[in-house]
This record gives sequence, structure tokens and C-alpha cells, in this order.
Amino acid sequence: MSGDPILEVDNLAMRFGGIVAVNGLSFAARHGEITALIGPNGAGKTTVFNCITGFYKPTGGTIRLSHRDGKSYQLQRLNDFRISKIAKVARTFQNIRLFPGMTALENLMVAQHNALMRASGLTFLGLIGAPSWRSAEASAIELARIWLKRIGLLERADDAAGNLPYGDQRRLEIARAMCTTPALLCLDEPAAGLNARESAGLSELLMSIRAEGNTSILLIEHDMSVVMEISDHVVVLDYGVKIADGTPQHVRDDARVIAAYLGVEDDEVAAVEQELGL
Amino acid sequence: MAPLTPAPAAAATAAAAKKRGLDVAFIFKKSLISALVALVLFSLMIGVRTEAGPTGQLIYWTRFGDLAAMVGAVFAGSIVVELLRWWWGPVGTVHSVGPKVQGALSFAGRVLPPLMLGFTFLMPVIFYDQRYILDLGILVLTYVMLGWGLNVVVGLAGLLDLGYVAFYAVGAYSYALLATNFGLSFWVCLPLAGILAAFWGVLLGFPVLRLRGDYLAIVTLAFGEIIRLVIINWQSLTGGPNGISGIPRPTMFGIPLTPAEDGLAARLGIEFSPTHRIVFLFYLILALALLTNWVTIRLRRLPIGRAWEALREDEVACRALGINTTTTKLTAFATGAMFGGFAGAFFATRQGFISPESFTFQESALVLAIVVLGGMGSQLGVALAAVAMIGGFELFRGLDQYRMLVFGLAMVLLMIWRPRGLIGHRAPTVFLEQSRAISSDLVKEGR
Amino acid sequence: MDYFAQQLINGIVLGSIYGLIAIGYTMVYGIVGMINFAHGDVFMIGGFIALISFLILVSLGLTFVPVILLIVLLVSMAITALYGWTVERIAYRPLRHSFRLAPMLSAIGMSFVLMNYSQVAQGARVKPVPPIITGGYTLYEADGFVVRLSNIQIIVVITTVVLLAIFTWLVAKTRLGRDMRACEQDQTMAALLGVDVDRTISMTFVIGAALASVAGMMYLLYYGLVDFFMGFVAGIKAFTAAVLGGIGSLPGAMLGGLLIGLIETLWSAYFSVEYKDVAAFSILIIVLIFLPTGLLGRPEVEKV
Repeated sequence: MSGDPILEVDNLAMRFGGIVAVNGLSFAARHGEITALIGPNGAGKTTVFNCITGFYKPTGGTIRLSHRDGKSYQLQRLNDFRISKIAKVARTFQNIRLFPGMTALENLMVAQHNALMRASGLTFLGLIGAPSWRSAEASAIELARIWLKRIGLLERADDAAGNLPYGDQRRLEIARAMCTTPALLCLDEPAAGLNARESAGLSELLMSIRAEGNTSILLIEHDMSVVMEISDHVVVLDYGVKIADGTPQHVRDDARVIAAYLGVEDDEVAAVEQELGL
Repeated sequence: MAPLTPAPAAAATAAAAKKRGLDVAFIFKKSLISALVALVLFSLMIGVRTEAGPTGQLIYWTRFGDLAAMVGAVFAGSIVVELLRWWWGPVGTVHSVGPKVQGALSFAGRVLPPLMLGFTFLMPVIFYDQRYILDLGILVLTYVMLGWGLNVVVGLAGLLDLGYVAFYAVGAYSYALLATNFGLSFWVCLPLAGILAAFWGVLLGFPVLRLRGDYLAIVTLAFGEIIRLVIINWQSLTGGPNGISGIPRPTMFGIPLTPAEDGLAARLGIEFSPTHRIVFLFYLILALALLTNWVTIRLRRLPIGRAWEALREDEVACRALGINTTTTKLTAFATGAMFGGFAGAFFATRQGFISPESFTFQESALVLAIVVLGGMGSQLGVALAAVAMIGGFELFRGLDQYRMLVFGLAMVLLMIWRPRGLIGHRAPTVFLEQSRAISSDLVKEGR
Repeated sequence: MDYFAQQLINGIVLGSIYGLIAIGYTMVYGIVGMINFAHGDVFMIGGFIALISFLILVSLGLTFVPVILLIVLLVSMAITALYGWTVERIAYRPLRHSFRLAPMLSAIGMSFVLMNYSQVAQGARVKPVPPIITGGYTLYEADGFVVRLSNIQIIVVITTVVLLAIFTWLVAKTRLGRDMRACEQDQTMAALLGVDVDRTISMTFVIGAALASVAGMMYLLYYGLVDFFMGFVAGIKAFTAAVLGGIGSLPGAMLGGLLIGLIETLWSAYFSVEYKDVAAFSILIIVLIFLPTGLLGRPEVEKV
């Protein structure tokens, strides 16, 4: 099954007034893989994310998400919460967006809202404390506990999310996204602000998610050590256009990518390549 | 005018305090400036009194004595405030609370609700002969219920609602109209009033879904005013400014509380007393308030309640988690409105007469003040705040014309004293090991 | 048509008054991000002070109307501005960096204080004054219907336009205006660059209150009465105007004021007087459904 595309972005365009943030972007991410979206600051990566997760309505193009059971969704036609609810795309944010006044456990419970809402009979069964609701609640707490354990925050389950150290908040946000049982997990700079040890832990976590095989990952990341270590596939953006697409090794050696990161014009690329001994 | 704090006494305190680093000259200068500002502010408004004379022509007379007294009061008050400030330490000083005190507080937090509840249950027994206290109790409980209802919208979902009184009005008029026109009983009308109010809650909810903060505030305010104005002007239905009178009193599940032969007193073979009805009303509003409280506490532990709180914390994150923010907001509005509607129906049956005067913006502000002063989202805080506000309001009944002045000042001072309300923490809805209160500094206020 | 023209004139005059009040709301909102609920009552205080100073001047024997008006205007502006300053100092400054709802409630509390204060100080009854400025022009007469433009209407509109011009100049060209705009963008940064933030915010309240006092005086001259409750209704409508125009935007406040004034007048003229406020509020709600940030407000881009 691995190898079929889960996400196919075709000719995606996003304009804000006169500013073209993304233009004619096409790429695909495959089931069971970690796909990285990289590029210099302002390349339009987060805009792509916001289009995929429904926070922006793309100006043009299509985004198609296919589940393993063959169901597929045109994400640009679904609006905001349905992308997460129906198409099962979860995301994290560049600047962490936890519910700071709620405990770590509560954060993970909120993430299971839709499942719990059904179990609570749209609140009415829950209000009278029906046994079916109680068991659903217990298993939701169990799922949260499993995730808290996986991210090493079991001891801090009952602490306010806003009180957790930065690195813990990053992992909690990933756990929260995972509690929606997503098919595709979109991570916006998950390693930003983490130290080397925390980054390594993050890589491990992401690889363990991949190993389970139920969730594919799309990530934006600046930390190249993380990208190169865990990605199966890398897409490089610059000025809203795709400039490279392939394995980490392939991308690392691409002249245009180097130029984009070093900020030189195309005709200087040859010179740069020579300098770098490529 | 209020008796002045004798200036010599203040000066003596100041002199005694000087050796502890008190800058008397500074305080004196500051108070003098305050007095000067007061002089300008009050010069025309208090120094001169206008009134329409017998011929309709405006006349005026001066009141320099009052003016001098007021300016003097400001001077003295300003000295007192400065001294207090000096004694209390600089603004923003953290008065840290030791673990012992914290333990005592949490103990009080656990013991207080059952004590309050027990006392409330016994009130009609203790104060059986004191109708005034029972009436006041009913009034306080009505506001406790309104506060708990609005708490769902403002405290949990973080949606600012300045027009809550509209739902109170809808509930009251629903009952009044259904009962007087169709002769429906209170027990049939009560759920209907709640449903109608919830319907209006959803109706208001729709247009304001996309609005934020102050836009939301003004639209809800406008909505409250629209409802009130329609009630005033739709005379054929609502009786306009004259209101609706002769609203049936509630029956105890069909048994009227009257001296009639089929009345409760006659059936029980006891002597009739009008207090029976008061006691019944007391327990009725207590039951309604407790129902509100029970449902709210239950809802907080259900996904919908958690979604409300999550919405208050971060709406964008909610959407990313697949939560339908539209229905979540609408249910918050509807639930809050429904409780307001219940309270309104109770108000109508208790008064026997309603008019638009009871549903002004001032009521909305009062209920909102109760919620915010209570500490947003805290059920206990709201109850305490309702007791303090309505009780305090009642204490100043003697001052009649100064009541709103005192109330307004109290609102300003209480907000400065405790911007986050009396109960400064949030209790988690679920825990693994131990429920740890969350400081309200972390809790967001919504929009 | 003639009837319409007359209503149009009336609406513009009323709208000018609303606009002047709305500017105070919009300025304060722009700079401290809160609704100054007491602003409507500051407007009411302005009306009262104009009334009292007018009475005193007349009883002192002054008869030359322009001089009276000028003195009344200055006295009313000065004292009302001090009210604005005091309100900010007492009720808002201690809550400057507090949670959003606390200043809103203390503002509502302040509104109650001012309302009750003038009720206690000046009595609850409506204070009528005889028309001070009389006369006017008949624009044209057709089918027995006279379209009139009264002197007072001219004065209201001219005063509004002049004040707007001065105010626009103040915001655009002066040091104070620059400080105000800086504080609006980023208070911390402004303070780092040497802007006295406290003073700038105080001045914002002072200017807003001064404009409101002019509105109060115009209201007194135009309608010939003041009462302690007038601040509430006028305040809500002016705030509605500010929101309608897009809160934070000065031209928006004026535009919103004119629109609310026109809606109210035309609705009263063609439909029903009783429901004029309902119409104004309903239009507010309808506009906000389609333009959540008002007519001229900056659209809010949700940063994710």
C-alpha cells in the first residue's frame, strides 16, 4: 500500500490581493511516508499548509486527499473543521496553539471531540450518565494516557498546558493532533526552538508514528538535520514555486536549492557549485 | 453630604508615619491637585443647581456649601487613599500566599459550597417570619441563576454578551403571554419559556458567529435593546410600557397556594398563610438555580462543555481539531439563553406583573458584573458575587437616589481590586492523578 | 421629494452630532482597544455644563449671542475634557494591562456613576431651554411644503466640519497626533522610542471628551433640552455609528454617524417613530453580518 499518494496538490495557487504567495505548485505525498516541505523564509510553506488544512481558500488548483480505503476528498472544497473531522487531516502550528488554561490531559480530550460527541449521544446520553458514554470517556482518557506516556508527559498530565516548558508544549501539540486519529499529520516547524536533544527526541517520535503506518506526515522544517534524518521525500519551495522534489540526498545536491538557500541568482549558481566543489 | 474624615486626624497619622519614609509633602501636593481637579469638575455640576421653574423657565441657584464639602471630601479621601497606598506598598506588589494559607483556602473552597447550600435550604425555616429576608433570598437566587446561565456563554465559551437580559425578558413575556392568553399552567410554560429563549439565543447567535470581541459586545447590546424596544412598542401584544398584570401565580403541581377550598393549606388542614407561597417560590427558584448549576457542571465534563472552554482558549486550534465552531457557539448561546428564559418565567410568576422597565441594559450589566466578579467560569464565584452584589445593593436601599452611584463606583473599584474575579482559578474537568487548580492568569478570556 | 429633502437635512444634522460622539469612541478604541462605555455620559455632562454656563452668562446680563456661544463652547469643552481625563485616570489606567473584560466593566460602572451623579446633582427632570438660535432660510417651497434650513442646523454642520478639519490636522500633522498613531500601533515600542504613552492616552480621552462636549452643546441648542439619561441612548447610537463605520477609523466614525442619523430620521419620517432605534440597531447587525469589521474598518486577517 505504501507508495500510493495520500495527498496530491495540483497546480495550487494562492494570492493575497496582488501578492502571489504560492503559484502553480504541484507535489504529492505518499502513504506511510514523511514528506518534508522546505524552503527559505517567506517561500510560502505555511501558506501551502493553510490551504491544505482549510484556513485559506486557495485561489486556484486542487488538493486531493486519498484514504487507504480508497475514499478521497477534494480539500479545497471542504471548509475548516471538516478537513480535520472528515478528511482526517490534523495539524500543528508554527507558534504553538495549545489551550493554555486547560490541562495537558484536557487538551488531548478536546482533540477527541468528534468521537466523544457521538458517544455522548450529542450530549444527551452524557447528561444522564449513560453507561455507553462512561465507557467511551474511559477509553478516551486511556488514549490520552497512552499519548502522554509516549511524549513523556504522564507526570504532568494534570498541569496546565500553558505552564509546560516550550519543548513539552511542542510535543503535546503533536500528541493532541494525533488524538484526532489523523490520516495525514501536518507539522509546521515542529523542531523550532528545540535543543539538540529535544530535536532528536522529536525525530524519534515522528519515526515511531511512521512505523505504525496509520498516519503519514507532512512537515515544514528549517532544521536540516531533522529533515535529512527522517524524511522520505523532500519538496523545496522558493517564492511560492517548487524548485526541487525528491529524496533528501537528491535535494541536497540540487543546485537550485543551494542557490535558493544561499540567496544567489541562477547564473551565479555555477560559480557557487564550483566553490562548494559540487 | 457624607461626614468628612477630620483632616487633623489624617495629618496626625501622616506625622506618625513620617519616620517610616512617608513623604508628607508629596501626599499633600497630590491631594491638593485632586481637590483642585474636583473643584473644576464639580464647579458647575454641584455648585449650581438648575431646575425648571413654575413657569417652565429654567432657574438656577448656587450651592457653594455643597461644593466646598465635596472638594473637601475629595481632598481628605485622596489623603486616605495615598496613605493606604503607602501602607499597602507599591501597586503591583505581589502579596504571595504561603502554602498554609493556600491549604486553608482550598479547604474553604471545599467546605463553603455545602455550607452555603445547607444554609440556603434552611433559610425558609430560620427566617419563616421574616418575609423581607425571604424575598431578598429569592432575589439573590434569581441573580445566582442568571449569573450561572450567563456564565455558560461568557465564562465558559468566552463569548461576550451584553444583552443577556433579552432572554430573561423573552422568558418572562413568554410565560406571561401564554398564561394570560391561553391559560397554560406554569409547569407547561416553564419549558416553553426556556425553549423560546433558546430559540432567540440561536437567532442572535447566527449573525454574531463571525464577530469578535467588541463587535460581539455591541451587537448583543443592540439585540437586548431591540427586544426591549419591541416590547415597549408592540402594545397590542405586550401591553407596551404598562406591561402585563394578573399573571397567574404558580401552583404546587396543580394545587394552588391560596386560601381557597382546594388550596394547599385547606388540603393539608393547616391555617392559610401568604408565607406558604413565598416559601414555595423560594424553593422553586432554588431548584431552578440548582438545576442550572447541575447541568452546567455536567456539561463541562462532556465534550460540548470542553469544546466551549477550548473555544474560549483558542478558536483556531479548535477548528484544526475538527470542532464545528458554529454549532459549538450556538449551543452555548442557546444553553445560556434557555436558563435566562427559565429565570424570566420564574420572575414573571413571582411578580405577577412585568413591564419593560425590568429588562434594561442595567440588568445585563449587573449579571455580567456578577459573572466577571465571580471569576469567569467559576460556579462558586458567581454565587458569591451574586450574594455580594445583590446583598450590597440592598444594603444601600436606604440611600435610594445614590444607589446607582455606589453601585457604579463599586463596580469600578472591584474590577481594579480583582480584575480576574473572586475565584482566581479554574478547576480542570478531568484528571489522571490529582485535580490541580489552574491559575486564571493562564486562562484565556475568549473574544 | 421636498419632504425627503427636509428629512435629509435633518438627518445630516443629527448624524453630525452622532459623528462627533463616535469619534471619541473610535479614538479610544484605536489607542487602548476598549469600549469607553462612559463616553455617552461624558457627552451628557457636556450638555449639562453647556446649559449651566449658558444660564449663568444670560443671568449676568450678556446678550450678544455669538459671544455667549463662544464662551459656553470653551467652558464646556474645558470642563468636560477634565471629566474625560478623570474617568481615564480613575477607572481605566489602573486596568491598562489587565484582562479585557475588567476595563469594560469598570467603564460600565463609570457610566452608571456619571449618569447617577448628574441625576443627583441636577435632578431627574428634563431641563428645557428656550430656543437660543432662531431663524433660518427657506430653501424652496413647492406644493405648500416648505423645505427649511434653520440657522442652528447650519451652525451644527459648520461646527462639525470645522472640528473635523482641526482634528484631522491634529492627528495627521502634530507631534501629539504622531504619538497617538504610534501608541495605536504598538505601545511598548512607542514607549521605547520616547513617547509618553500615559500622557498620550490621557490626551486621547481629553480630546474625545472635548468633542463629545461640543456634541452635547449642539444637542442642547438643537433639541433645547438635556436630561441625565440622554447619554445612554446617544452613546449607544454613537458607538453603533463607530462600529458601523469600522471602529478605529476616523472617517468611518463620521460616515457611520451620518448613516445612523439618516437612517433614524428617514425611518421616523416614512415608517414609524417608535421603531427608529430598532431600525438603527437592526441595520448595525445586518451590516456586521456582511462586513464584520464595519464599512471602513481594516479587514482582520486571521494569522495562523
